[in-house]
Amino acid sequence: MTLADVPTKVVYSRPESLDDRVTHYCPGCTHGIAHRLVAEVLDEMGIVENTIGVASVGCSVFSYNYFNVDFVEAAHGRAPAMATGIKRVYPDHFVFTYQGDGDLASIGMGEIVGAASRGEKITVIFLNNANYGMTGGQMAPTTLPGQKTTSSPTGRDVNRQGYPIQTAELLSTLEGASYVVRRSLHNSREVRRAKQAIRTAFEVQKAGLGFSLVELLSTCPTNWAMTPVEAREWVEERMIPVYPLGDYKVSAAVAALKK
Amino acid sequence: MTKQLIKGNTAVAEAALRAGLEAYFGYPITPQTELLEHLSARMPELGRPFVQAESELGAINMVYGAACTGKRVMTSSSSPGVSLMMEGLSYIAGTEVPMVLVDVVRGGPGLGNIAPAQGDYNQIVHGGGHGDYRMIVLAPASVQEAVDLTALAFDLTEKYRTITTIMMDGSIGQMMEPAELPPFQPLKEEVPDWAVRGAKNGEKHLLTSINLDAPAQEVMNVRLMTRWEEIEANEVRWKGYYLDDAEYVVVGFGTAGRISLSAVRAAREQGIKVGLLRPITLAPFPAEILNELTEKVKAFLVVEMNAGQMLEDVRLVVRGRKPVEFFGRMGGVVPFPDEVLTEIKRLATEPLTTEGHPRDRWLARLRETLG
Amino acid sequence: MPAKGYIEVNELYCKACQLCVTDCPHDVLALDMDHLTPKGYHPAHMVNPEACTGCGICAVVCPDAAITVYRYDRQKAEA
Repeated sequence: MTLADVPTKVVYSRPESLDDRVTHYCPGCTHGIAHRLVAEVLDEMGIVENTIGVASVGCSVFSYNYFNVDFVEAAHGRAPAMATGIKRVYPDHFVFTYQGDGDLASIGMGEIVGAASRGEKITVIFLNNANYGMTGGQMAPTTLPGQKTTSSPTGRDVNRQGYPIQTAELLSTLEGASYVVRRSLHNSREVRRAKQAIRTAFEVQKAGLGFSLVELLSTCPTNWAMTPVEAREWVEERMIPVYPLGDYKVSAAVAALKK
Repeated sequence: MTKQLIKGNTAVAEAALRAGLEAYFGYPITPQTELLEHLSARMPELGRPFVQAESELGAINMVYGAACTGKRVMTSSSSPGVSLMMEGLSYIAGTEVPMVLVDVVRGGPGLGNIAPAQGDYNQIVHGGGHGDYRMIVLAPASVQEAVDLTALAFDLTEKYRTITTIMMDGSIGQMMEPAELPPFQPLKEEVPDWAVRGAKNGEKHLLTSINLDAPAQEVMNVRLMTRWEEIEANEVRWKGYYLDDAEYVVVGFGTAGRISLSAVRAAREQGIKVGLLRPITLAPFPAEILNELTEKVKAFLVVEMNAGQMLEDVRLVVRGRKPVEFFGRMGGVVPFPDEVLTEIKRLATEPLTTEGHPRDRWLARLRETLG
Repeated sequence: MPAKGYIEVNELYCKACQLCVTDCPHDVLALDMDHLTPKGYHPAHMVNPEACTGCGICAVVCPDAAITVYRYDRQKAEA
């Protein structure tokens, strides 16, 4: 019997809720992985037709083109506020934002803290790649000390330019936040764990248990001036020590859910 | 229905509720906070969403999100808070979703004060946020008118997918007058085709204001302008007093218009044939009636509680055919009727000119008054 | 050892980032230097198909969801 005669089963395929379009993301950019994971979770939970996404401003400004899901486009930083508006009038729908580090941790800091502290029942997918990607690699609130960017050309000087913001830790102090975790996308094991976290975050929303956020350490090969493979190593060696992976806030209700 | 003695802010809030307001997102700022406070109690009573946002910036973006669902949404603020909302308003205009904004105007610029003013005219009537867009602007002069214009605001914004702003002077927001509130309208059951509500049967809805392809953006801009032409043709509203035989016409909106009415009546008693044109829609501007009056009258007097903002729109229509004079108080100072009467008498007795700028002449007189 | 699975790379999506090539535990994949996708990339393809276990790691790390992973169902075949 040749291989051609052996029946096969599909173990992994492109998720249905991911649009057919080729993305504009750079080769190796982990935005693509994050999109794929969200699409897989929406498919597996069967909530595609009941979900409204809020796109933000950054490399992912066109994220709405890549999901077969209703979407709105927020102004820079304002996605959590827009999501609040939508979720309050449509409490039975699934509402999520997809934001980068400039959008969420810089211009949008007021909105994310507001949404988290109010316990808005939304899910935030937060991509942290330590720079402002879309605009060409400037320093972000998440840029590491000493890291060279186009607006910290000699390396981030903490005396003049301050220290990075650890978003998961920051938001975890808020009573209104129910599930705040940090995962990474830099190898297959972490990608699988990231998917589980994204699934949990949407389950938190399904159970009406409050604000959920998954911070995803991501690569930016182009602006870091590395190959995609080198960029993943940089995440492991440089980012994880500053942004440790883990569960920063799991409310009692969410913990009970996971059992 | 019976009238009740009610504060402007509260009346507008209640009128919005009865017009089928489905969600309100706002932030406290004097002199409109009563509107937010009233809704903070009433919206939960009716099971409708109310959020006091982290800032006006948060509030306008919450409105943006909810507006994308096609439901009736509103926010309210005052001058400095409205400045914060300009980005959001531009986005909402660029996405062509409906919403109602209430701006209760206070003295400025900057932190200013909490006294009534009309200094937001340029910001509100000429767009305010970036890009080419207009908002429909309604200017009530009494609590009852504010109530009546509230329901109209929701109807207009939905009909034209154009932001509708009720621009009230701080005085209208704060004063208490007898007013009749309308009966409750039921909440809308259907949402418009364009609204996001979940991609059922693979039908996806996308609302965005981005148009990287410039020619495509231009097509959108033309669409907005075509819609504005329709609004200009159909939605102009104004009220005229003693215009039929008027030799002089005072032009004033909101509280300035109302104060001017007292002055106009007093002037009439003194035999001066003066009338009042009180725009109710500042955008679309009542250009046609103003144009008609230009042919008939000897001169205009524009009265505002600012440094002469609507003045420029009046001058544009009049085009130097007749003299246009100006009287204003700024910074939250509210003029008295006798101040306007003095100006009317000056119009009727002193030589007038179409040369120079009326603002310069007014400022010189104001400096003398202030000493 | 006969292959336990195989993969297909949709070359319309593949951007030759090489994450799959690097992560494959059995060195099954490499970029096809003799071929260009419509976007001008050398797509990933199987060079050691007999070593493929159908583990799916390539698909898990692919940022463009370009990979479909199949496993042979020999039990079904032998049944």
